[in-house]
Amino acid sequence: MRDEAKAFQFCLSCALTLAVLASVIVASFGYLHLGLERLLSAEAIADMRNFIVSFFPPDVSAGFLRKIARGALETLAISAVGTLLAMMLGLMLALPASGRYGRALRAATRFVLNLLRSIPELVWATLMVLAAGLGPFAGTLALGLHTSGVLGRLFAEALENSPAEPSDALRQSGAPRAFAFLYGTLPGVLPQFVAYALYRWEMNIRMAAILGFVGAGGLGQLLYYELSLLHQAQACSVIIAMLLLTLAVDALSAKVRKGLGRAYG
Amino acid sequence: MLLNQAVAHPRDPDARRRATALVVAIIVMWPLLVIAQFNPAILFDAKNLATMAAFLRGFVPPALSAEFLGLVMKSALETLAIATTGITLAFVVAVPLALAVTRSLSISRIGPGPGLWRATALRAVVRSLLTILRGVPELVWALVFVRVLGLGPAAAVLALAITYGGMLGKVYAEILESTDTAPARALLESGSPQGAALLYGLLPNAAPEIVSYSVYRWECAIRASVMMGFVGAGGLGQLMDQAMKLLNGGEVATILIVFLLLVQLADAISAHLRKQLA
Repeated sequence: MRDEAKAFQFCLSCALTLAVLASVIVASFGYLHLGLERLLSAEAIADMRNFIVSFFPPDVSAGFLRKIARGALETLAISAVGTLLAMMLGLMLALPASGRYGRALRAATRFVLNLLRSIPELVWATLMVLAAGLGPFAGTLALGLHTSGVLGRLFAEALENSPAEPSDALRQSGAPRAFAFLYGTLPGVLPQFVAYALYRWEMNIRMAAILGFVGAGGLGQLLYYELSLLHQAQACSVIIAMLLLTLAVDALSAKVRKGLGRAYG
Repeated sequence: MLLNQAVAHPRDPDARRRATALVVAIIVMWPLLVIAQFNPAILFDAKNLATMAAFLRGFVPPALSAEFLGLVMKSALETLAIATTGITLAFVVAVPLALAVTRSLSISRIGPGPGLWRATALRAVVRSLLTILRGVPELVWALVFVRVLGLGPAAAVLALAITYGGMLGKVYAEILESTDTAPARALLESGSPQGAALLYGLLPNAAPEIVSYSVYRWECAIRASVMMGFVGAGGLGQLMDQAMKLLNGGEVATILIVFLLLVQLADAISAHLRKQLA
């Protein structure tokens, strides 16, 4: 009986929130003048159909498949090297950000980490294309910079939460600071670091595939190029390759996660 | 005893294994470095340094003319509107697909009866449709749609509807299957229609999680719609892309600041909404 009463209870703030939400959605549609209804006219549907049909059949000639394979390899390399860079830079920033060199440095590096993290990869990529020229290296740097902001923060939190006793014991028995960290603190947090890095690597593979739209190498650059030349069939092959890459990464990571078991969540 | 041992082996007992692992890692990584054209020296190339330095010098002061600020505000609003409409359409795409694949709402699974095979096949088909929808990144759809719909927000909205529709659909189905499904099952077994089983059996438990995931995705959609601007799909991203192509540092600085503020704002709104609705 009480449950029933609760189910019918009127919640003013929920109703208000829902009303605001509905009006925001209506306002958004109004603001954009999308004209999506023009997509529903017979002519537009025929146009759309022709456009979609022009993508098929995908180009599966050996020469183009080789190009795609090279693009996919480049994408993997960008993501792997970018994530590794991010691990190194992230660890370097995580040490001061975990407060081991005083409060001022902690606040300052946290600000830097936030900045690195809040600027999306694609924006970093456009900046890095200016700094390093077109090509995969710009993509690598872009992924490295954004991801180091993410990993740096996660690493710093892991360091702050790790027990101090092992490294304190080493320090008190006369070990230098660096050794106390390497043998007292690092072994405890390393599995967590690796798990975070693997998780980000997975995301970075997907990201590396599209960074090429601004000229940062990999499959994205190939797709952008083919679409610019109106090579729809080739573009279709690249999109399918991206889809397969994503699916493969998804399946692999699900498998690895299962294999690693509960320890890595 | 322990101390004596430590003195007898002052070196890291694991040193050889660690060294081997390091060497192997370097050998594996080397080809990747080559493929990624890893070359830090290029950053210090005089020409690149000059371009970058001139560009970064332009960041201060940020462009603050009233006319430009008006333009930025308009684009920021456009970005918010793209994210909101995109998520709304994605929701419309996701709900029927999610309901189609949710096993805990399946009547045919309860007992032997006609239609088990057909329902299983339908779920498999819809499930792979969801995978394809979310498997292609929204930026790719945006790039393709810009070619049919022209520059502007329509491409971004459709791209969000497709990719986020796939993501929401998959996650909604997962949430509906991972909450306590006993009430829904009891309802179905005693003959209620599927709609009632959903509304009274599953949603009371699952609604908070569904709401909070949708709001989180809205937050992601804001970032995504900024990114999609870089391929010409409207909003702040398109403005930033133009400013970057002209190497106008001051304008880029302003847009970046507005973008960061927008993300903060979305963060706050989403936290509030989640508290309110969950």
